[in-house]
Amino acid sequence: MSKAQSFTDRLWDFFCSLKLAIVTLILLALTSVIGTVIEQNLAPQEYMQKYGMSQSTYKTLDALQFFDMYHSYWFLSLMGLFAVNLICCSIKRLPRIIKTVRNPVLVADDGLFRTFSNKEEIVTKGSVESVRDKLVARLGKKFASPVVTEQDGKVYLFAQKGAFSRFGVYVTHSSILIIFLGAMIGNVWGFKAYVNIVEGKAVNQVWARGGQQPIPLDFAVRCDNFEVTFYEGGRPKEFSSDLVVLENGREVLKKTIEVNDPLSYKGLTFYQSSYGPAGDPVYQFRVRNRATGETADVMGQQGRHLPLPGGAALIPMGYAESYQNFGPAAQVSLDSGDHKHGTPFIVFQNYPQFDEKRGGEFAVTLLGVQQSYYTGLQVAKDPGVWVVWLGCLLMVLGSCSAFFLSHRRIWVSIQPLEKGIGVKLGGAAHRNQPGFTLYFDELTKDFDDALSS
Amino acid sequence: MTVNVLLFKITLLTYFAATIFYLIGVISRKDSVRLAAIWLLSGGFVLHCSTLAARWFASGITPVASLYESLSFFAWALVGIYLIFYLRYRTIMLGAFITPLALVLMIIGSAAPKQTPALNPMLDSWWFPVHVTLAFLGHAVFAIAAAAGIMYLLQERMLKSKKFSGLFYRLPSLDTLDSMNYKCLTFGFPLMTMGIISGAIWANSAWGGYWRWDPKETWALISWFLYAALLHGRLTVGWRGRRAAIFAIIGFAFLLFTFFGVNLFLSGEHSFRNFTGQ
Repeated sequence: MSKAQSFTDRLWDFFCSLKLAIVTLILLALTSVIGTVIEQNLAPQEYMQKYGMSQSTYKTLDALQFFDMYHSYWFLSLMGLFAVNLICCSIKRLPRIIKTVRNPVLVADDGLFRTFSNKEEIVTKGSVESVRDKLVARLGKKFASPVVTEQDGKVYLFAQKGAFSRFGVYVTHSSILIIFLGAMIGNVWGFKAYVNIVEGKAVNQVWARGGQQPIPLDFAVRCDNFEVTFYEGGRPKEFSSDLVVLENGREVLKKTIEVNDPLSYKGLTFYQSSYGPAGDPVYQFRVRNRATGETADVMGQQGRHLPLPGGAALIPMGYAESYQNFGPAAQVSLDSGDHKHGTPFIVFQNYPQFDEKRGGEFAVTLLGVQQSYYTGLQVAKDPGVWVVWLGCLLMVLGSCSAFFLSHRRIWVSIQPLEKGIGVKLGGAAHRNQPGFTLYFDELTKDFDDALSS
Repeated sequence: MTVNVLLFKITLLTYFAATIFYLIGVISRKDSVRLAAIWLLSGGFVLHCSTLAARWFASGITPVASLYESLSFFAWALVGIYLIFYLRYRTIMLGAFITPLALVLMIIGSAAPKQTPALNPMLDSWWFPVHVTLAFLGHAVFAIAAAAGIMYLLQERMLKSKKFSGLFYRLPSLDTLDSMNYKCLTFGFPLMTMGIISGAIWANSAWGGYWRWDPKETWALISWFLYAALLHGRLTVGWRGRRAAIFAIIGFAFLLFTFFGVNLFLSGEHSFRNFTGQ
């Protein structure tokens, strides 16, 4: 019986120990490095190619779950150990702190005074009552209203400030547990998915990341329009989609989303994440016969032979939104009637005169390209996200109060002496001792002045 | 050369001059040398502020998107935090460690391409300046902790070997250095925490997930774990002095890797390549 008791005691002490906390923190830090060095969640053949792994090395590392280590049993167990340690530490220490705050020692005897690193003794004139009243008023004005206890002809004052800052540590610790809880809620009841919507089309299902089955939605999302603007170099600057939420075919919500500004509906959030061309672009050209001066406008899809007056044809081959800083451009070639592609050349939308310099039978100008796009959306459902934010808020508040606020306490005892009245002052702070010492010295000087006036 | 690049170069030269004065200040008996160093550094800092402002106005984006910009920003945070510490602790000698570090960052930065990058639309968010400012201020405070750690080890070695050079009298006492170490932790840790959290909020609005185990996130978390360990060691197990000093230096080495190593060697959302959508 006593042996079993001592085992559970030892186990409890183990989980409460701060050494365990420090070791767990360092282990979490060191093991986390693995996942940043080995890229996570690649296909087996990618690992063997990229890292030159043999089949057996791959199998060993895979068995150790190194390829998805942040979700591996051993890493999650380490996190779990960390959480258990946090809980046990708090259970062990919290009652003592609550007691300190709720039932403070109101009467400071000589034994307690000896433990203070900040103390001062003053001998003054008057009666115990007059000194008491002066000090109660002074303490109330400068620090906090004191609790007065009268005992055996002596008067004791006790005042405290910032007692709640004692809980900052526990708020911080529980904030970590709250964040874990939020993450678990998100993992169990949430999902991450994606969907591509072609302009003008609507969808009522999304695709889970890494999964094969679509997730049905009980509403539909339509993309009315997709816009993309480019930098001069041709990289996308901003892209946005006009989304409409449909319930039974009825429009219930409209929003233009862009990167950093998603649409939320019924717990699902749609994030602008990518885009791409949907189908072949439609080109419009103006072609001038250089010999006759006759012009014709032609229009058609990529790869088609667009007939020109006189039997020849123009073939659009490709386009760029911004070609070498000259704006929209198309690559075309001419079929002079023999159904063969001529030498490809580039024509510009913003520089209609450019093709005149090429020579040849026709001068071609690009009038425009109509490309319809699909918008690529990340879809996330995370009912735990607000729990995580609550945890983050508590973490910031808790750690700031733990670091920057201090529980300061002042004890005073007033007793009649043979000559005059003896006043003893003592003070303690649970953080920032040097700062408190300065404050305490100032306070006692103020009391000294108040008593001697 | 644009105004902001010109200002950057003048700032760099001022820091260079300040570094020289600091290094002379280490061996010189004259206080005036050290005073000149702190004035030069303060002047350099004002110039640096205008450099960043000019670049911000010129490009319209928080100037922390390329290697050049973020090195300059890091140096700025470092000098700014040092000057605040100087006002509080009056330890000029700390500058003899911090100023050369800032100078080295500026020199590496001056070798990097300076054109304003075409930014990934993801960076167009108010969380961007908030996130980087908190993160870099945290880095800077921990750099001070590491410098105090180095000074602690130097001072302790001189005490143990009983060989006192002039430096001994100009370095702060072991107690002051140790309390600086703790002060830095109490400011650096919340700054770093808020830096990570602001990044998570931003990631959630841009990608739909607050945590993705991106290498930068992971390395920031690794450093966070280490500093949390140091904090608990200090506050509850009673680590101080030498052990805390060594731990602060190791922690900063991890932070430097989080900054350089991850952006340059590891792939992920924080590589500069990704910022510009290449």
